Amino acid sequence: MMKVVRGFYSVAHAVKTCKPNVISAYPITPQTEIVENLAAMYANGELENCVYITAESEFSAASILVGASAAGARTFTATCSQGLILMSEVLINAAGMRLPIVLVNTNRALSAPLSIWNDHQDSMFMRDAGIIQVYVENNQEAHDLIPQAYKIAENSKVLLPFMVCMDGFKLTHAYEPVNLHTQEMIDEFLPPYEPVAKLSVEKPLTFGAYAPPHIYMEFRVALQNAMERARKVIEDVFKEWAEFTKRDWSGHIAAENVDGAETAVVTMGSITSLVRDVIEELRKEGKKVGLIKLRTFRPFPNDEIKKALEDVNKVIVIERAVSFGNEGQVAIEIKNALYGGNNEIYSFAVGLGGRDVPRELIVKIIDNVMKGKVKQGFYFEGVHEFREVIP
Amino acid sequence: MIEITIGAISKPMEAKKIKTGDWGTEYPVVDIEKCSGCKSCEMFCPDLCVEVVKENRKKYAVFNYDYCKGCGVCAFVCPEDAIKMEMKEIYKLEVE
Repeated sequence: MMKVVRGFYSVAHAVKTCKPNVISAYPITPQTEIVENLAAMYANGELENCVYITAESEFSAASILVGASAAGARTFTATCSQGLILMSEVLINAAGMRLPIVLVNTNRALSAPLSIWNDHQDSMFMRDAGIIQVYVENNQEAHDLIPQAYKIAENSKVLLPFMVCMDGFKLTHAYEPVNLHTQEMIDEFLPPYEPVAKLSVEKPLTFGAYAPPHIYMEFRVALQNAMERARKVIEDVFKEWAEFTKRDWSGHIAAENVDGAETAVVTMGSITSLVRDVIEELRKEGKKVGLIKLRTFRPFPNDEIKKALEDVNKVIVIERAVSFGNEGQVAIEIKNALYGGNNEIYSFAVGLGGRDVPRELIVKIIDNVMKGKVKQGFYFEGVHEFREVIP
Repeated sequence: MIEITIGAISKPMEAKKIKTGDWGTEYPVVDIEKCSGCKSCEMFCPDLCVEVVKENRKKYAVFNYDYCKGCGVCAFVCPEDAIKMEMKEIYKLEVE
């Protein structure tokens, strides 16, 4: 059923059809309306066999879900920015406890200075936590990813938290026509969650117990192995979804016009649409430029990137985050994937804290690289000339 | 060339320059006849946007729309039911 809805609703509706047992959240802009919608559904009795708990902080919300997930519940939360960082201590535990919590992160900048606007610094901060991260380009993709997220996270070969990353405001607040799932459809696609081990009064267990040096490392290797196994599971579920709904979002990456291209741009999230538009125009002018839309960020699709970009001379990474003291995280990962190759890699951080990224800026970046006007390296683009003063 | 302060440090009353009144979708409207001037709204307003004034021995609430974000707390706490939240014109067209 096609309906014009906001990003919030596209997520909330998808979550509802996945029949979660426990939803716990704390409001934070630009996530609030996702859980507001879910709270309304809960209050209206639309969520059967479900408890909605308003927590007193993100730390509590995540803690509630750890307990619920350990007890065998299908769980959901949404957060972003400072909320995600406050959750981080708990979520890292959830990964170690192998709990398939699904959360939506409505990407927002980090403080200080305080910003409520969009970039990817928050989820990048969670890069090394053992949480699966997939970024979406539009609200239909976010809508489609929710049931897939549960199917992947709850697979007994995986059992890891799954974070759906959607750009705050740019997607969450946007109205888009979304083909909404019906309940029958998701009942057919997503089986009920069957935990491999669960807490119960009859059979008391401890999750995430103490591991001294002689045994700790094995658990962390097991976590890495789960991430490695997740690669195949994610791909399979993506394919299954494409066949099931006839909406194919491609695999870990979506490579567009990369074959025979001299230059390729790598992007992640909602900015992909803008870059695609620019690239289409450049291709009409006869320029050999392609696009890599990075979907899965953890586990990182090294092989897919290597295969797609092997013969591409210049690789431009345009991203909304930076690892201070080095460069943008996506560029770091792309360089790692392409190690040993002959690619020239240009990395650009744009749009931090919701700074507008106009079409002209993308054109300028691609043009400068193609014409050899910039050297390989890391650049901030779209920054005013400024001076730092002491008040 | 713009100037930024180290660590985003700001001096008192800097935030006053930023008019946040356009954030909300609704704004409060007071019925002066009904208003008893009890100051409930003034006390509860999280953004200090209400001031009860006295005019010809009549006390009533006045709103500062430059900073009111339209949260509706004033309308909720008003014991006289004198405050109504009204939707701003630009939000009246919604796509369903």
